[in-house]
Amino acid sequence: MSTDGGKHEMGEVLLEMRGLRIEGQSDEQWHEIVNGIDLTLRRGEVLGLIGESGAGKSTIGIASMGFARPGCRISGGTIVFDGIDMTAASEETKREIRGSRIAYVAQSAAASFNPAHKLIDQYSETPVQHGILKAAEAEQDAKDLYRRLQLPDPDNIGYRYPHQVSGGQLQRAMTAMAMACKPDLIVFDEPTTALDVTTQIEVLAAIKDVVRQSNTAAIYITHDLAVVAQMADRIMVLRYGDLIEEGDAREMLANPKEDYTRQLVAVRTYKKEDAAAAASERPLLDVQDVSAAYGNTLLVLQDIDLQVERGRTVAIVGESGSGKSTLARAITGLLPPLKGKVLFDGEELPASYKARSRDQLRHLQMIYQMPDTALNPRQKVRDVIGRPLSFYLGMDSQAREKRILELLDMIELPADFADRYPGELSGGQKQRICIARALAANPEVIICDEVTSALDQLVAEEILKLLQRLQDDLGVTYLFITHDLATVKAISDEIVVMLQGRIVEQGEKHEILTPPHHEYTELLLSSVPEMDPDWLDGVLEKRKAAQ
Amino acid sequence: MKQLVKLLKSAPPTAIFGLLVIVVYVFVAFFAPVLTPYGESEIVGSEFEPWGEGFVLGTDNLGRDMLTRLIYGARNTIGIAFATTCLAFLIGGFFGLLATTLGGWVDQVLARVVDVLMAIPTLIFALLILTIVGTSIPVLIVVIAVLDSTRVFRLARAVSMNVVVLDFVEAARLRGERIWWIIGREVLPNSMPPLVAEFGLRFCFVFLFISALSFLGLGLQPPTADWGSMVRDNATLITYGDITPLLPAGAIALLTVGVNFVVDWFLHKTSGLRDEH
Repeated sequence: MSTDGGKHEMGEVLLEMRGLRIEGQSDEQWHEIVNGIDLTLRRGEVLGLIGESGAGKSTIGIASMGFARPGCRISGGTIVFDGIDMTAASEETKREIRGSRIAYVAQSAAASFNPAHKLIDQYSETPVQHGILKAAEAEQDAKDLYRRLQLPDPDNIGYRYPHQVSGGQLQRAMTAMAMACKPDLIVFDEPTTALDVTTQIEVLAAIKDVVRQSNTAAIYITHDLAVVAQMADRIMVLRYGDLIEEGDAREMLANPKEDYTRQLVAVRTYKKEDAAAAASERPLLDVQDVSAAYGNTLLVLQDIDLQVERGRTVAIVGESGSGKSTLARAITGLLPPLKGKVLFDGEELPASYKARSRDQLRHLQMIYQMPDTALNPRQKVRDVIGRPLSFYLGMDSQAREKRILELLDMIELPADFADRYPGELSGGQKQRICIARALAANPEVIICDEVTSALDQLVAEEILKLLQRLQDDLGVTYLFITHDLATVKAISDEIVVMLQGRIVEQGEKHEILTPPHHEYTELLLSSVPEMDPDWLDGVLEKRKAAQ
Repeated sequence: MKQLVKLLKSAPPTAIFGLLVIVVYVFVAFFAPVLTPYGESEIVGSEFEPWGEGFVLGTDNLGRDMLTRLIYGARNTIGIAFATTCLAFLIGGFFGLLATTLGGWVDQVLARVVDVLMAIPTLIFALLILTIVGTSIPVLIVVIAVLDSTRVFRLARAVSMNVVVLDFVEAARLRGERIWWIIGREVLPNSMPPLVAEFGLRFCFVFLFISALSFLGLGLQPPTADWGSMVRDNATLITYGDITPLLPAGAIALLTVGVNFVVDWFLHKTSGLRDEH
């Protein structure tokens, strides 16, 4: 296993794009989504493509196979892969190359595997189909690769079905599948974005290792500069289909030239000042000894005790499956707890939301993870924000209109947005509308369930700053559920760390973030990628030494 | 208005044809008394007169004008089919949305009742009830609507099941909204496109069903003109090589095809499917 992380041999040019233009169709018209990109990739080199959604990074990655998504077309430029012009090549030639010489690893491994076949059969399919290996050889190869990718029980894991392994394992099995034909080039399209940080680090380490060992060239697509810093030799920063900056990974991180790159490097450094808790007789929200289960059998929350003081932000951190969203459902009454109680301002709330009074409901508002599904696509912004105003506060149309404009101003959107439908807004704008809807009720507590995780980093940071400003102005209390420790650092006063339905550690932010940590908190904290190309190797070495 | 013109321009020829057929049928149905030379059940000549002067399409088994009957038939059959479909959608759609929005035992009970209803062959069930209760137009409408609403229920339930789990519905629940508001404002608008498409198809089925019942003598009762019974009454002409009895059947077929073309186009548009080569 090589952990030197240094330069390795790079050969001749493998892939070259010149003036690549790709158009996408919307409303029966063609719009350019990639505007003349030049890209050169040498054998054995890892190139990082980074940018926010809509930057065209995935489109370029797929174009390296001479392919455009349905509704898109390659309208100009050349793509030469190892001397073959992919734009002019016949379907037959391209099909030969795809899979055997260029492989693709998609973001969602779960959606890329056929649930009806065993992992190893899906692994063998491509090499056998292309006539490179016999089935038995392919199985042997698969086990070998599974071992190198550090999958548990590599000799037998291949005989499981996709649903029988975890998300991180599936992503590694997908990487193994991509490497089956020993391709010259692998395109990784956000392979770790859907994973927990602690899983992400394992997958990153495995991918990095295998790519280095077999000296495969790779295009690594991601929106997270810290992740790409671990993987890539060279980075291209893209925005709206244009190249912003290109350069050596280390050089770029140390010394970004363009404004946009500087913003990306500086992202996640926003941090809230520590504020001491104001002395108060009783907490605003008091969760006492709550346990909850789905279907009365599987306990997903066990004996949760949690206090939230007025005007403060409590962050609940944990990986997927830790029960943090279930806790939100228990507090809001969507999932009545099996035992324990929830007190609001000293008064016990009925377990089910159906039994709560309109005022009790008003005090607790929610903001959701996916702004796309949190807004009714058939209601205008005016109706979305206006409904709580007339429902809770009984405003007439005139007062409501005035308040809607005030709220739009608070969330920093122009007044004419009131007449728009959610479909006409960007992700960040939609999330702002969700914030306005919550604020419209004049709530005491807002529960934020992963509100930034579906957004681009720069947009997410703007949302966090907005939430902070609103807290400073209005004194609203936040219960902030997230898996992202950078968000926690940015916004919280107190931190609650959850694992498998239990609280493992809780306290003031500075207490939790300064050593000594609880074992699990330590694992979480050390798994967050940093803007340092040596971070991954460093962490792995440290963990090895500790064992 | 401008949008409508643009929409029509982008429609495929089949949809235009379908729309044209529907427009002509509706026009004829509305202005039946103006367009027809004689009264609906007026006996104007001898039995089975051939096509020609006076009677463009000849006369039927009682000596009534065929063209007049055909036009009035459009009015009766389409009108009743439309009313029936509307009622079926009101019943089925309402209970379907109610079942998903409330969930739990309400959903289970409603779904099982519908399962039982659907287990009985529709035509036999309808024949049974109509023989017992007798055949008047209101009874006919209610019986067919209730039988058909089971299919609508299933569709409404399946479609809205994907909507009620979305966050904005949960947000409305947490806000404390009443069930009617949630159904009417949050769930229904987002379940509409498949339901509208189904409306077109269901209309065809209802309309065929009424014709079938009439053909069997349990649908619209004489002297009301109706395409199904017109086929039956004049069926003997076929043996003499006269195609007149096929005209009402043709009218049924043409409308069915037309409605289906329009529904196809609508489904294609709303589902976001694009023609890929």
